[in-house]
This record gives sequence, C-alpha cells and structure tokens, in this order.
Amino acid sequence: MDYIRAFVVGGLICVIGQLLMDGTKLTPAHVLVLFVTAGVILTALGIYEPIAEFGGAGATVPLPGFGYALAKGAIKATKAKGVLGAFTGGVQATAGGVAAAILFGYLMSVIFTPKTKK
Amino acid sequence: MATKKLGKQTVKFDHPPVIIATATTVGPKEGEGPLSSYFDTILSDDLYGEKSWELAESKMLRETVKTAVQKANKNITDMEYMLSGDLLNQLMSASFAARDLGIPFFGLYGACSTMTESLSLGAMLIDGGYATHLVAVTSSHFSSAERQFRFPLELGNQRPLTAQWTVTGAGAAILASYGQGPRITHVTTGKVIDLGIKDANNMGAAMAPAASDTITMHFQDTGFTPESYDLIVTGDLGAIGKEITEEMVYDQGYNITKVYEDCGLMIFDNKAQDTHAGGSGCGCSASVFCGYIYKQMLEKKLNRVLLISTGALLSTTSAQQGQTIPGIAHAVTITNHI
Amino acid sequence: MQNKKLQSINKQQEYNEYVQQKIPKPTYLKNCLWAFVVGGLICVFGQFIGSIFKNMGLDQDEVATATAIVLVFLGAFLTGLGVYDQLGKRAGAGSIVPITGFANSIVSPAMEFKREGYIFGVAAKMFVLAGPVLVYGFGSSVIVGLLYYFLGK
Repeated sequence: MDYIRAFVVGGLICVIGQLLMDGTKLTPAHVLVLFVTAGVILTALGIYEPIAEFGGAGATVPLPGFGYALAKGAIKATKAKGVLGAFTGGVQATAGGVAAAILFGYLMSVIFTPKTKK
Repeated sequence: MATKKLGKQTVKFDHPPVIIATATTVGPKEGEGPLSSYFDTILSDDLYGEKSWELAESKMLRETVKTAVQKANKNITDMEYMLSGDLLNQLMSASFAARDLGIPFFGLYGACSTMTESLSLGAMLIDGGYATHLVAVTSSHFSSAERQFRFPLELGNQRPLTAQWTVTGAGAAILASYGQGPRITHVTTGKVIDLGIKDANNMGAAMAPAASDTITMHFQDTGFTPESYDLIVTGDLGAIGKEITEEMVYDQGYNITKVYEDCGLMIFDNKAQDTHAGGSGCGCSASVFCGYIYKQMLEKKLNRVLLISTGALLSTTSAQQGQTIPGIAHAVTITNHI
Repeated sequence: MQNKKLQSINKQQEYNEYVQQKIPKPTYLKNCLWAFVVGGLICVFGQFIGSIFKNMGLDQDEVATATAIVLVFLGAFLTGLGVYDQLGKRAGAGSIVPITGFANSIVSPAMEFKREGYIFGVAAKMFVLAGPVLVYGFGSSVIVGLLYYFLGK
C-alpha cells in the first residue's frame, strides 16, 4: 500500500513538473528552483506535512521534498535553539544529501568522461 | 564608383571566381544521414583523437582545408588567404587551425551564416584582383556547441520540438581566379533583421525573416526570379524556419516552393535520427554545399544554385539578458554557365 | 521616431503570434505518462530503500538522510555511465524532479568541464545548475525559521 501511494504521489508531482516545462517557457532549472521553494513554503504553511505523511517517499524524494526537509529542519531547530536554529536547521537536515552530491559528483567526474549524444 | 554593384545589396563579378575544389569532414551521426555518400571524411569518433571537442573541431577544420587543397592539386603555400569562422568563443576552431596551416587569415563571425560570408568575401577578393587562390572554410561541432550554448551532454533534459541539432562537420571551398568548376557570379549581402524572437530553441523562426529579406533583395537587385535557379537552398532554418521563409518570400511576390530546400533538412533524416526541427551550425550549410551540392553541380545535375547560409546572432550573454535574437543571411549565386 | 518604434513593436508581436502557430505542440499525454511512471517508480524505489533503513533501526530523520544519500549516489553513478541523459530524454520531469535528477544536474556539468581542470572546471562548474536550487532552498528555509521565531508560534 505504501508503495502504491508513493508511486501515485511521486508520479503526480513529476507530472506537474512536466506540464510546467511543456506548457510554459520555464526551463528545468526554473522548475527545480520553483519546486524547492514551493516545498519550503508549503511546509511552513503546514500543507506539505500531510502530503508527506500520506505519500511517504513519493513526497520526500521529488525536489519539493527537499524543500520540505529544509523547512522542517529550520522550524525544528528554531524551536530548540532560537534564532541560531533558523540558520542551521535547514542546512543541517539536508547536509547528508548535499555532501553526498558533492562527493559523488566529484568522484564520478574523475572516473567518467561525458559521451556525445547519438 | 562601385561599378560592380547591382541594386542595393548585390554585387556582380566581372570575372566570376571559380570554385576549383571542395572538401568535407563530418561526424558519425551526419555520416549515418541521407547525404553520407557525398562526404569526403566521416569520423567514427567525434573526439577525432584529440583531448577535447574544441580541439577536435579545429582539427576537423584544418584537415578539411588540407584535403581541399590536395583535391585542387595545389599546395597550402599557394593559398593567399584563409577566410574562416566557427561558433566557438573568439573563433577558437578557425584561428587554431590557421595557426597550424600558416595561411594569412581573416577570422569571420556570422554565426551559422559564415559559409556564405566567407564565400562572398573570398569571391570579392579574387574578382577585385587581390588574390588568385584562397580557401573559404567553416566548421561546427555538436558537443562543443552544446556545452557553450546549452547544457552539459549528460544532463537528462528534453529537447523541445523546435530545437535543432548542431551539425558536426566542416566544409572547405578553394576559390580561384581561373580554372574548372562552378563559378560565383553574384553575392547579396544581408542585413541584420530581428523580429523579436527570444526562444533560443527556435532559431529557425529567428533567422527566417533575414533569409526571406535577403532572398527578396536578391531577386529585386538582380532581376532574377525563382525560375532562374535549379535550387534555392538556405543554411539551417529547419522545418519551421523553412515554412516561414517560403511564406514570407511568397508575400513579396516570389514563389520559390518548387526549387526551395534547406540544408538543415537535407543532412539528417529528422524522424529516424531524432533531430527534431533539423540540423544547424556553420558546418551544416558548409558540409551540405561542399559535399552534396558541389558534387551535383560537377555532375551537371544542378546548374544554377542560390545558396543562403543563415545565422542567429545571439550570444550566451544576450540570451541570458533576455534579448531578442537578430538574424542574418547572405546569398551567393553559383552557376555552371555564365 | 516614436511612431516608428511603435510600429516595429507591433510587427514583432505580429510575427511572434504567427510563429506560435507554426510551432508543433508537445505531445502532452505521452510526456506526462512517461513522467508519471518514471517519477513514480523512482519514488517507489526510494520507499523501498527507506524501509530497509527503517528495519535497520534508524530513526525517521536518519532514514530520510540515508535514503537521500543512496539515491544521490545512484543518480550520480547513472550519469557517469551515460544512462541518465538517455532516461531523461524520454522521462523528462519524471527523472528531473526526483533527487536523482538533482544529482544529475551536479554531476553532468562537473564531468563536462573536467578538461578545464579540477578547480575551475569540475569544482567551479559543479553547481552551475544545482546552485540556484541550494540558494533558494537554503535561503527560504532560513527565512521560514526566522519568521517562525519572530512571529512566535
């Protein structure tokens, strides 16, 4: 059941992204920025939490989920540590993924070279 | 007195320069296209044994010049000028090739219109009596253009249906004041025209107004009609730009439909090779002209051709600053009979 | 002069509208179907990895972080192999929007600019596309934290 919900929620979020890319002048980079920021705002408004609870990985794996983790972390840390928490919370909550992206990104570019498109 | 001037934008040569030889080099994808049998060299790897795609493109241009010179039974030292350009910043491909070849060099930038720009100026130099032999050559490379103008190759993005595919290819033509071969009789130099297209993924539409303006001016200046030609061929307008040009020229009172083609639609099989709107780049009209069209002219299957290479004069900076895309097109009349 | 400028703007508008009719419409249904299936499957896979970590006894936050790291690795690895762009050509947003796509947007420019060196090439270009995501993501999260603090919920 969890898997079906993840599939549907994740799929739908991607469809929204696809419609934005095909139907408007937005580039993929615009869509990604929009999605992360939307995730942050929706979480702050308390709208994303129920989506994440329902969809599981379907809501946390797409980029709005990144925004969700950021906002959730920022709010949680602010509660615990005050103003400083507002600065550290979001970055802390997502540090693992970002650091992984840097390390693996570097490694892959050392190992592989890009191939031309056919 | 400009005695060779015809009308507003056209020149007519007293002693039409001869294209005594051409040569082409293309990449693997172009080699799988419908025109593959007309190219001299088809690379199996578009890195061409070099360290980077930029160097590969430069080598492509350099080797194409050497082949063309050889086919003309000349030496590199016989070449008095090299008129050349490409799409890379500060003309890396052309100027690096010119460094190795040691031919006096004029670097030209007309985006994808550079092939007819170099043929135009080359023909003027020869007819003006400033040179006996020179080489006009341009190149483009899919991978080097993609990383400069668009996205990294391994990025998982989708190309819009209006997008065109930069041709990996180079074409060189040897112009001479005497000899055997098709001759350049007229040159119509285009104006920069901008009708406000901003979408860098729809270059055909950005360049079409310039192409149709140059074609119309050519007819007006020379008194020629579409019937004067066996083939009127634009550089790289692709499917959308070609249709627009046809309609815009028709609005000016000339029906070119019967003899009109576009190099960007000839070089690839758009459906089978998934190139969307067609090929583009300096190398597109260069390789199609120096390969297919020139050989058809030698075999007399084509006798009078109007070649119009088309360029989109955008830069990565102008695009990011939200500017519209100016277009340019230069037309060259090439004929077997004078 | 003013009049002439106005005329040219009208002409540009007219031309843009004319061009718009010529542009082929994207195949919405096919694109969305691809995006839905591929995006959905990547999330299902994320759910699967998450459940493994959960069974290993990690708490909720740790599960999220560990899952992100694994998915980022896979996105990076498939990019290195030259598979991810092939997938992206069909799946579009289905492979761009999940966090694996974020990894792809970091690895692809890094690889591409290797020839410009490891400092000004790989390292500098790594965040050409993903940088804005971090700027807006981190930035807005700090603002949300501050708002939360000052509006004192």
